[in-house]
Amino acid sequence: MFKKIGFRIIFVVALTSLIIIGVFAYFNVKSQSISLIAEVERHANQLGETVISSTRYDMMLNQRDRIQQTINSIGTQPQIRDVRIINKIGEIIYSSDSTNINRMVDKRAESCYACHAEDKPLEQISITERTRIFRIHPDSNRVLGIITPIYNEKSCWQSDCHAHPENQKVLGVLDVSISLADVDKSILKSEWNIGFFAIVAILGVGLLIGFFVRRWVSLPVNELLGGTKQVSAGNLNYTIKDLGDDEIGKLGQSFNNMTKKLSEARMQLFQSDKMASLGRLAAGVAHEINNPLTGVLTYSSFLLKRTKDNPEFQEDLKVIVRETLRSREIVKSLLDFARQSVPKKNSADINEILDKSIGVIENQLSINKVKIVKQTDAILPKITVDANQIQQVFINLFVNASDAMEKDGGTITVSTRQISVSPFGTAQIKKATCSKRHSLLDNEVKIDGLPSLKVKVRSNGDENIIHIDPVYGKLRNIYTQDYREKRETQYVCPECNISLIEENILCPKCQAPILFFDTGEQGFYEVCSHKGCAWAKWNFVDSAGLKESVEIRISDTGYGISREDISKIFEPFFSTKGQKGNGLGLAVIWGIIDNHNGTINVESEVGKGTTFTIRLPLAQQR
Amino acid sequence: MNKGIDILIIDDEQVIVDAIVKICSLDNYSVDTAINVRTAKEKILKNYYPIIICDIMMPDGDGFQVLDELQKKNIESSIIMTTGYSTVENAVNSLYKGAIDFIPKPFTVDELLSSIYRANKYHKIKEKQKLLSLQKNNDELLYVSGPGKYLRLGYSSWMYQEREGSVLIGVCDLFIKTFESIQEIELQNVEDEIAQGICCASFKSVKDRIHKMLSPISGRIVEVNENLKTNPNLIEKDPYFEGWIYRVIPTNIDYEIKFLIPCSSDRL
Repeated sequence: MFKKIGFRIIFVVALTSLIIIGVFAYFNVKSQSISLIAEVERHANQLGETVISSTRYDMMLNQRDRIQQTINSIGTQPQIRDVRIINKIGEIIYSSDSTNINRMVDKRAESCYACHAEDKPLEQISITERTRIFRIHPDSNRVLGIITPIYNEKSCWQSDCHAHPENQKVLGVLDVSISLADVDKSILKSEWNIGFFAIVAILGVGLLIGFFVRRWVSLPVNELLGGTKQVSAGNLNYTIKDLGDDEIGKLGQSFNNMTKKLSEARMQLFQSDKMASLGRLAAGVAHEINNPLTGVLTYSSFLLKRTKDNPEFQEDLKVIVRETLRSREIVKSLLDFARQSVPKKNSADINEILDKSIGVIENQLSINKVKIVKQTDAILPKITVDANQIQQVFINLFVNASDAMEKDGGTITVSTRQISVSPFGTAQIKKATCSKRHSLLDNEVKIDGLPSLKVKVRSNGDENIIHIDPVYGKLRNIYTQDYREKRETQYVCPECNISLIEENILCPKCQAPILFFDTGEQGFYEVCSHKGCAWAKWNFVDSAGLKESVEIRISDTGYGISREDISKIFEPFFSTKGQKGNGLGLAVIWGIIDNHNGTINVESEVGKGTTFTIRLPLAQQR
Repeated sequence: MNKGIDILIIDDEQVIVDAIVKICSLDNYSVDTAINVRTAKEKILKNYYPIIICDIMMPDGDGFQVLDELQKKNIESSIIMTTGYSTVENAVNSLYKGAIDFIPKPFTVDELLSSIYRANKYHKIKEKQKLLSLQKNNDELLYVSGPGKYLRLGYSSWMYQEREGSVLIGVCDLFIKTFESIQEIELQNVEDEIAQGICCASFKSVKDRIHKMLSPISGRIVEVNENLKTNPNLIEKDPYFEGWIYRVIPTNIDYEIKFLIPCSSDRL
């Protein structure tokens, strides 16, 4: 239990308050009792004086009975324990307690000691020295006694009786003892009060501190602890709820940030791991498949040679040979994909490739009652592509489309056309630097498969990284959780902190500052920094004009792809076909189209169908 | 030379061995087979085979061991390497270690036959050369080696580094001599990428045999020798100068140059 921060803090605070309150209480009680005793002392002294002055006349007249009576009546007061008058030889001559009368008092007794400590008695002593506090028995109440000397006066030695000689200074003493029972009681009471107060205060402080420590420290720390446990157990998607804006809250935020980064890193690791295992798989497949393929290819081409005079066999055998050769290319391109090699490009007519692909798969499609509708543009410019790879792309897409159909079949619509694509919304920024030539391209964070532009955002000492979409005019930027746009926000290069904001120019749409990136030979790319504002300008590509491309659209009337799946379909090993597929098809397709500097997009509506749009540029840029 | 068996086939897959046996019988070659490296080594030591067709990946070792064994024992067979795991590294390594050709699996009958044809021719040229040198007849030249500064991949293609950083690529005379008279040349285009150990041009000879030239270096083609299109015989006449094929900007020359052999060297 003592290992908990809360208890330690409570313990320390309680101890401190205990010491403070204890010291305070000690001095408080002490000064209170001192002033109480002083009060009693003053009271007793006054009483003494009063007794002396009220008996003075009787003493002058030597009326002893009246003196005794007066003393008796004073002695009956509840707090007064005893009133005695002692003469100079130490004999008690009057006393409220009659048994004491005529008894001798020892000069060494505590009541006399103050004056008689030395042989010759003192004549003048202060009030505190005349006072004594004592107990008659060890377990009885405390008693305060005060001695009041009765001095010799002119009237005493001039009186008729002439009882006292003139040179005698002190005639005797009046000893009044007052019980301190009440005083002690009230001191005890205030001691108890203060003790009670101290305990209540310590408990209160402890509880209060406990409450806040629990709220500000224990609960958030437990939440963080839970988070770290989740992360160590492998759950990197765990986010800690908002813990406020204090240090622990910041810790929570940076923890969330860390797990996000970790999860991204893990995704990348996972991705590269997938690619590596894909490579191993491809190598294994290549070896395992190539041997049987050799059998098929050699025997079929052998047969082809031997049956030259049998045209019926020749046709079928040619199909076997041709398709085995295609399998060989597929296996090879699988290896190539794993190694990300360059395609073998030649000038080719897309429509021809399309026809060839349809020819290969026609039989299978008709078995599945799938119709192919062609809406091709008859005159298409030739483009430089790897015909084998592009055919593989088409066949793969046809097979996917056919797999997505209901049992009673459906339609695949294929259309081709030449289009001019505006660079806005399609042109990719492939190089971006700050004015000090630090590259801002972030290969680790990709937006739709393309490396994003990294920008550091600073405001009030907070630093965040945002990732800008590398496609001209697209807004799929990635912001961190705690990104806030403020007036004083600075956008800088993550490496050298140089500003990426264009001076003196504001976004014509929303008046926000404009970010600008140096794209090398391609001039400057300008984009509005305001989240959600679509303003962007890239003079270089704008002036280059429209990009000529061939667009191939393949639409089916199948199940469609759900919203969650659509972002993952181009990832290797993602498959919705269960045991039927290996999840490589679309990844390979994506790789092939990317290798041709083309784009592939997918639109889908569940229940209605899916459309893949491939765009291949006419001019193969490097 | 005793008239023995022409070809030794080394492959662990019985189907492939059978297929190659059938193919070889098409051109009337006599064959022997081995299904692992151990038997292959034994057979090589026992008999002399002019041509050896050898798989690379086998259960008890790889085909390179056979190549090493042949080199150690100074046996001058013509070796054709083949593998299902057809990486560029394997191809280049095979040629560097003395194989005369590398055919990735799966191959067609024609591909194998043209390779065997070349191997046979190559072997005969080498035999004849040996005979000539024994007769001390140095006047008759069977083929021309490339200039000393040229580097070759196996015996088939050469490259020459020009001052501008570009590289000239062509075919070696010996390679042309193994199939005689070029009838047609199929070349790649400017801007195409070629890779070391991968086919970059093919030559059609008599009987429609196609012979593939493996590129000695990886890079991007910046110029194709246009003269070859009008006059394919230029290659046969002057393979090292006028008969160059491509001018290439190399991509990874520092690494790839390690697998090339100077043309002045006689070794294969």
